[in-house]
Amino acid sequence: MGNPVNDIVELDARRLLCPMPVIRLQDCIKQLPADARVRITCTDPGTLHDIPTWCRLNGHRVLTTTEQQDDYIFLVHKDADGS
Amino acid sequence: MSKKAVALISGGLDSMLAAKLIQQQGIEVVGINFFTGFCVEGHTHAIRNRTGTRPKRNNALWVAEQLGIKLHIIDVVEEYKNVVINPRHGYGANLNPCLDCKIFMIHKAHDWIAQHGFDFIITGEVNGQRPKSQLRRFMPLVAEESGALDLLVRPLCAKNLLPTRPEREGWVDREQLRDFSGRSRKPQMALAAEFGFEDYAQPAGGCCFLTDRSYSVKLQDLWDNRGRREYELDDIMLLKVGRHIRPSRDFKLIIAREEGETRYLSGYRRQFQTIKTVSHGGPLALIEGAQLDQQQLELACAITARFSQGRDAESVEMEFSDHQQATHSVHVKPLRADQINPEWVIL
Ligand code: SF4
Repeated sequence: MGNPVNDIVELDARRLLCPMPVIRLQDCIKQLPADARVRITCTDPGTLHDIPTWCRLNGHRVLTTTEQQDDYIFLVHKDADGS
Repeated sequence: MSKKAVALISGGLDSMLAAKLIQQQGIEVVGINFFTGFCVEGHTHAIRNRTGTRPKRNNALWVAEQLGIKLHIIDVVEEYKNVVINPRHGYGANLNPCLDCKIFMIHKAHDWIAQHGFDFIITGEVNGQRPKSQLRRFMPLVAEESGALDLLVRPLCAKNLLPTRPEREGWVDREQLRDFSGRSRKPQMALAAEFGFEDYAQPAGGCCFLTDRSYSVKLQDLWDNRGRREYELDDIMLLKVGRHIRPSRDFKLIIAREEGETRYLSGYRRQFQTIKTVSHGGPLALIEGAQLDQQQLELACAITARFSQGRDAESVEMEFSDHQQATHSVHVKPLRADQINPEWVIL
């Protein structure tokens, strides 16, 4: 098993409609230690709005957002004081 | 010690105002939002409007952001099935089990406050506002059956109800709560203006698809044809998409109405038999049911072709893909509008 702080946890939320991708990210982040990073791949364009909003509200950061063909890929950092 | 409250945030104005009334008393408020699978939130918009302008916001997240509170979105899809399938208090005008739904959500919120060390629950309910779930006599029932009892505060109509524990014990100043009742939206709009809230969502029917007649008819059709009242998340998502046409008890067609829906339905190609138009522009159709015989297949293709750009052509080439994804082409003459039996169309 890798170290979850250094490794990036991959989440596939393709084909899921909002708010399911947000729920997946939220439930994943809850299990991880501070400073962990999660890369979530989505297809619902609503995630462009919802994932950054959820991160802002709950004290985490979106490090990068990339669009690749039909996918939206977010790299999210779990901050220590987030929830 | 300062008290903490959890607010049920639906994304509408009422729960937003209720949370704000408590928050402005200096109480820490956190939001929870339940995802049942039937929520109106963005789904159809997301399906239909990929290339549209800016993506539609999720109203619950938007409300939380306006209030500056954390929001937990909780997946209750599995547990909620029992609420929809076996509502103890029955349905509203359509398949909306509003009273059982409220009881369920407040019960979940009550569990949540116990687990997370919160003190009480807030909802945006207003007595007499909507039929059934919010009639005054049902309010004590919801508090009782959910187990929340007097830890449930309804700030918008608290003054019409008996004081709850947070009010009695002075955690909350009852004087600052409201006495709204009835169906008029004016008091809420005035309070929104007082708080400086603009651009809030005003859902017309209710907070979920189950209040929608056409959606409920499709869900009932699904149950009737399966011979059992059950569903999976994919079933109820697909009821939000496309034209649903059932030419026989054996199969139903779900025909995309535009490009976004075709793209969305394409995600289900592995789970369904499908039809697409090859010789002309046209929608993708999913076929729900057992393997079709030749006659059924031709009918399914002729119906789908009706919604293609080849609708007036003598012959249209369709590609059929079976459960194993083996494909073959079928040439059909599209049905005329008057050949589509209105009883096939599930509305
Ligand atoms: S409209 Fe839907 S979500 Fe709202 S109370 Fe009724 S059943 Fe529940």
